[in-house]
Amino acid sequence: MSRENSNDAFVEFEHVQKSYDGVQLVVKDLNLAMPRGEFLTMLGPSGSGKTTCLMMLAGFETATHGEIKLDGKPINNIPPHKRGIGMVFQNYALFPHMTIAENLAFPLEVRKLGKSEREEKVKRALDMVQMGDFGGRRPAQLSGGQQQRVALARALVFEPELVLMDEPLGALDKQLREHMQFEITNLAHQLGITTVYVTHDQTEALTMSDRVAVFDDGRIQQLAAPDTLYEAPENSFVAQFIGENNTFEGTVKEINNGLAVVELDDGEVIDCTPVNVSKPGERTLISIRPERVEIDKGRLKEGSHTLKAEVLEFIYMGDIFRTRLRVAGRDDFIIKTRNAPDQVRLKPGQQIEIGWLPEDCRALDA
Amino acid sequence: MKLKSILLASGAVLGTSFAASAQDMADSMTVVSWGGAYQNSQVQAYIEPYKEMNPGLEVVTDESSGEAVTKLRAMSEAGNVTWDLVDVTAADGMRLCDEGLAMQIDHDEMLAAAPDGTPASEDFGGSIVSDCFIPQIVFSTTFGYRTDMVDQKPESVCAIFDTETYPGQRALEKRPIGNLEWALICDGVAIDDVYDTLETEEGVERAFAKLDTIKDDTVWWSAGAETPQLLADGEVVMGSTYNGRLFSAIAEQDQPIGMLWDWQMFDLDGWIIPADLPADRLARVKDFVKFATDTQRLADQAKYISYGPARASSAPLVGKHAELGIEMAPHMPTDPANAKNTFLFNYNWWASYRDDLDSQFQAWLLE
Amino acid sequence: MMADTHVDENGLVLAADGTPLKQSLARALRAQKIRALLLIAPLLLFVTISFVLPIGEMLMRSVQNTAGTEYVPDLLPNVVEEVQEWDPASGEMPPEPVYRALAQDLATAFENRNHTQLGRRFNYESAGMSSIFRKSGRRVSNWDIETDGPFREKFLDIDEDWGDIEYWATIKANSGYYTTSYFLAAFDAQRTSEGIAMKDPDQRIYSKLMIRTIWLSFLITFCTFALGYPVAWLLADLPTKSANLLLILVLLPFWTSLLVRTSAWKILLQQQGVINDFWIALGFTERMSLINNQLGVVIAMTHILLPFMILPLYSVMKTIPPSYLRAAKSLGATNTVAFIRVYFPQTTPGIGAGSLLVFILAVGYFITPELVGGADGTFISNRIYYQFSSSGNWGLAAALGTIMLVVVLLLYYIYDKLVGVDNVKLG
Repeated sequence: MSRENSNDAFVEFEHVQKSYDGVQLVVKDLNLAMPRGEFLTMLGPSGSGKTTCLMMLAGFETATHGEIKLDGKPINNIPPHKRGIGMVFQNYALFPHMTIAENLAFPLEVRKLGKSEREEKVKRALDMVQMGDFGGRRPAQLSGGQQQRVALARALVFEPELVLMDEPLGALDKQLREHMQFEITNLAHQLGITTVYVTHDQTEALTMSDRVAVFDDGRIQQLAAPDTLYEAPENSFVAQFIGENNTFEGTVKEINNGLAVVELDDGEVIDCTPVNVSKPGERTLISIRPERVEIDKGRLKEGSHTLKAEVLEFIYMGDIFRTRLRVAGRDDFIIKTRNAPDQVRLKPGQQIEIGWLPEDCRALDA
Repeated sequence: MKLKSILLASGAVLGTSFAASAQDMADSMTVVSWGGAYQNSQVQAYIEPYKEMNPGLEVVTDESSGEAVTKLRAMSEAGNVTWDLVDVTAADGMRLCDEGLAMQIDHDEMLAAAPDGTPASEDFGGSIVSDCFIPQIVFSTTFGYRTDMVDQKPESVCAIFDTETYPGQRALEKRPIGNLEWALICDGVAIDDVYDTLETEEGVERAFAKLDTIKDDTVWWSAGAETPQLLADGEVVMGSTYNGRLFSAIAEQDQPIGMLWDWQMFDLDGWIIPADLPADRLARVKDFVKFATDTQRLADQAKYISYGPARASSAPLVGKHAELGIEMAPHMPTDPANAKNTFLFNYNWWASYRDDLDSQFQAWLLE
Repeated sequence: MMADTHVDENGLVLAADGTPLKQSLARALRAQKIRALLLIAPLLLFVTISFVLPIGEMLMRSVQNTAGTEYVPDLLPNVVEEVQEWDPASGEMPPEPVYRALAQDLATAFENRNHTQLGRRFNYESAGMSSIFRKSGRRVSNWDIETDGPFREKFLDIDEDWGDIEYWATIKANSGYYTTSYFLAAFDAQRTSEGIAMKDPDQRIYSKLMIRTIWLSFLITFCTFALGYPVAWLLADLPTKSANLLLILVLLPFWTSLLVRTSAWKILLQQQGVINDFWIALGFTERMSLINNQLGVVIAMTHILLPFMILPLYSVMKTIPPSYLRAAKSLGATNTVAFIRVYFPQTTPGIGAGSLLVFILAVGYFITPELVGGADGTFISNRIYYQFSSSGNWGLAAALGTIMLVVVLLLYYIYDKLVGVDNVKLG
């Protein structure tokens, strides 16, 4: 799975397993290699093992089996305070009894830095997050977004090479969250630090990361750049977890020249790109993104299979139109069309025909 | 009929004037005492037999004698005295009498004469320490010791101060009364001079100096049950307490404890009737008291507890323990063999000097 | 918003109907206020009757110069008047009119059975006065005030102490409606011919007891803190299920009576007790004195008051997320530094609440010091109780209680200045 040669990997998980109770594995055989400077997001539903991985990397949990390496050195037995990893916590964990400046000076104090050096670094870090005027306040006097910035500054003030972030934007409202996403990625790239970011928000994962590791059931289901993840999910979990997705179940009839013909359960036949299927007769789950569905037959290839559909609902969403259709016995088929001047607005009850390019239709594991 | 049986049972002379008739008596009575084995002995010896003779009578028992003075003061202020008869120590009895909270009584008129016709006042003799006090028992504060922890049997109260012959801790009551007397007696002061000596500053100093010699070896008790327990646990080698407590530890619980009868301090316990009771309740309580303090009844109480009857005529009638069957007379503090050296708790003297000596005693404890 | 309100010429904001807005608001809230008041009324009444009034009564008692229920000057009206003419410094006995007044007053007092209480009142100040009042009451009641004089000789016949100038000085000094003598006694001070002076150091009781009570309470508070803190930490760190079980164990002592627990300590700690037996079995020859002294009080009370420290600590610690310690460690702090710099400061509200609770409870403790304190482990409360129940000197007991109240309030004030009461959290 690893893209990089493990020799120049900065962070590395090798066959890491974790069990809390000695009965169940929370993390099952995790392998991951990150190059220096990468922004990697661990994405997954709760209980998928992503936070446990982060905690093992930070040193708050020990791996039951396997090895975790930082810059080529195994760190399994190094206590957290010697790992030199910056961390931003979900609830920020700003020390309430210290001022903002004291919070930031804390990692420098325990590293026995001189007073003037400390003050300078604190000031620089606060300026970096536009919080220069707030040094004398207490965390409780700041807004959520401000606390978030301070937490970020504190994790960076001692200049770690690796920063871990555990759902840091979870508590913010949407607008602020989007703004912070931008700021964090900018900062990370600017400073050239390696970042491991944990979230269950796929939009966040897609917009911020160099690569995303999708977790489920204690395993990485797919590790890839955001566009690959979205456009070429490797299995049905990833396909369904990332973005909106129309699915059908069916059976592979034949595979020719990288094109699979699939017979849906209600007898209709469509063309797909085979991803996890290899021979006729296999059961498969078909995945088509709503925005890749064509309602204009003229834009399809000659001879493409099309399906009959009935418009059930038309939702006006401003930038796009969202239309729900009944297709092949399912009435939850969604299509999204751009609100362009020449765009058709479908009406409920209307009978249409839909189709898509075979490369947009992926035959995954059932 | 009822009246007759009472008179017969009490062995009273039939000619005694008797004012109230049964109809005028209240049919319930509240008797206050100390609880425990002592109150039980009263129930067995007086209350149960009296109730048998007076069916339908309800007797409520209360265990508040420890706070008798404060509670009676409060009841009297509130104008609602609910008690009919209260068991108190002589000192409390005197105090209640002085403050007018207890009824003054004519002992000869109210109490039954002895079987031989001796009037009650003579039969009770010196135990009538106040006009309101109806004496009941004589008890004493005396010493017990662990028979298995001493090499030789202590014969004198001064064994308390002899830490060489009797090493180990000793238990003394956390108050000056008794302790100061014993200290002076053991320092060579004659019993008749003890209180005169204590009235002088030097005398008090002398007593405390004597107590100083055992201060580090002393466990101070404030409840009578502590010493028997400390003795039973082997925590102290000897200690002072009420003789009835020691009797029950020795005879009823079979503890290896011996009794030291030397310079025991006598004290009295008896009844007082609250002042100004309504006529029907007063009639009832008078009737009961006459019955409960006659010669036989007082002797009966000694079947249940080793306290001596307060009237002279009862002494020869003291029999055997109700359950153990042992002769009670030799265990009485009043038995001639036990009462060679005794002194009576000097109520009058202590009433004057208690506050002052108590402060000095506390200061001494704090040194 | 401005459109709905109007302002009159005085600058008063008016509601839509022209009444002042404040008045309108008050009317709207009145029903609510009355309901709130009714809801707290039973408690308010209860607290007033059972707490405020008794404390007020106590404060009064400590300065009222009463014998029994009456004021001394009401019982001795004539004596109080006559004795003002007499000067104790003269070294002479009071003149005949004083004795005549005494005969008058004492006869009345005897009739009302107040004479012995008067005697007891003066006996608090000068030992021996109780008996002369007692002795004289009945005799005086038989005298005829008009014909039986002169009375000085007659009083001296009853008891020559009636000629004691000290006694008369005591009567004169305590002839007002209010007295400071209880407070003087409570401070181990006394009135001498040269004014107010402290008693000899070896005659002092209450100041020593007060200092001891406060010192031992501090010690006990510290011990509960030292023992309770790790337990509370463990509890806060455990999963809720096991924490609840352990919490029940912590609270278990509450389910047994205080007396039983204290007695259990007696059995454990006494010289022939379990701990000493074990000690001897280990090969030591000397048995330890663990009870009937200050050590015993500290041990037993630390145990008894421990839950009062653990509970506030636990509830405060429970609210501190583990991420603070993790954050500190991730920032480079060792376990120790993370604890001292980050965790501990956040538990101070719990420490404050627990310490205040334990200290205030300890200062007023009574039963345990009484049972296991021996001679040198008793508290001031034991003396207060003694004065109330045995000695009957309620004035002195009230004065001691008042001083105790003031001391506790003072300590609370100091605590507030040092730590801040806002920094106290019970949960």
